[in-house]
Amino acid sequence: METLEQIKARLEKTLPLTKLDIVPNDCPAGERSLRAAAVSAFAVARFLRDDPQLKLDYCSNVTGIDWPQATVKTKVKKKVLVAGVEKEIEETIETLRSGHLEVVYHLYSMELKHGPVVLRMSTDNRADHTRLPSLTPLWRGAELQEREIFDLYGVIFEGHPDLRRLLMWDEFVGFPMRRDYVAPDDFEYEPTPHDKVLEAAKKHYPAEAPV
Amino acid sequence: MIEEGLKSELQKQGVYVTTLEGLYNWGRANSVWPLTFGLACCAIEMMAASMARFDLARFGAEVFRPSPRQADLMIVAGTVTKKMAPLVVRLYNQMPEPKYLIAMGSCAISGGPFKQGYNVLKGIDRLLPVDVAIPGCPPRPEALIHAIMTLQEKILAQKLTGPDRPRHLDAAVPGEFPVPAYGADDLEPPKNPELFHPPLLKR
Repeated sequence: METLEQIKARLEKTLPLTKLDIVPNDCPAGERSLRAAAVSAFAVARFLRDDPQLKLDYCSNVTGIDWPQATVKTKVKKKVLVAGVEKEIEETIETLRSGHLEVVYHLYSMELKHGPVVLRMSTDNRADHTRLPSLTPLWRGAELQEREIFDLYGVIFEGHPDLRRLLMWDEFVGFPMRRDYVAPDDFEYEPTPHDKVLEAAKKHYPAEAPV
Repeated sequence: MIEEGLKSELQKQGVYVTTLEGLYNWGRANSVWPLTFGLACCAIEMMAASMARFDLARFGAEVFRPSPRQADLMIVAGTVTKKMAPLVVRLYNQMPEPKYLIAMGSCAISGGPFKQGYNVLKGIDRLLPVDVAIPGCPPRPEALIHAIMTLQEKILAQKLTGPDRPRHLDAAVPGEFPVPAYGADDLEPPKNPELFHPPLLKR
């Protein structure tokens, strides 16, 4: 299969208006992914599916990721002149990462037996701009997984044929897989509490210990 | 009331004397029909218990009924999610009296490994009266058989009259349990206050 750079170059040639970037990965497997802007993600996905050299006809997995707003620390090596001698020092740069939700698609080709190509797209923020194009019209297998991401992360997939909650009930409010979700307080009876459970259960302890 | 010694003496002569209560309980205890109802991995052990190797039929409980109208034992075998809990209560309400409930496995007893989850009911005893609880994750089929034998002992010891009489013979006790509704983040109500009385923990 082509490298991600080659795919990106061809995509930029075919769809000149798309904004694409390659997301690096520091983990041992080092699987990098292709991030597409939400507006053009559907066209990018259709290219990946229909291109005769790629033919990524199988979407094996759809995942949601919640990125809350945070300061990210990155270490950069820098050469500085200290008293006339050049020294290499490590500098920590703090950058503010805006909160957003991300959806990851793992694409394979059954016909050409290659893959995966990892396609990502992210929302503008976590509060009111959580819309992304649904890729269910391209890969039918994404339907339930997109419903699950809508259920647990709150990403609204535009163009999804049947966007309802999947695991939680319809009346449920909130998105439990988000990092800032607070679970209902039902810790009134905890025989062996510890750590966070202990903290939650303490609220239910009687003011005076029963005799 | 007939004496035990006289009773066995008469039996040797071929005369059987019993009470209506004894006959009624004997009949019920030896034909406990469970509901075909599994929620998670405990149900696999429940199925194994009814198969040839463990042979639940030896205890008269082999007829798993696919309809709650024909069953008199509900084995809550597995994790009860909050989404499933109203349906479990509804099924229990649809079973005819006298009916019994076995909480099988740690999930059905207390939520088990999912106790701190946002989506799992912390024990079916919050909503329904539990007659026998089997710990284990999942319990072995022998444990389920033991639970059914324990339930049989419980049935045999039931008095049909007096203050300890079972629920269905007491007109003052309501026959149905309230089905909780789905709320914004939990069931409404999350527990049945008539049933669920956790011990006050001393810390």
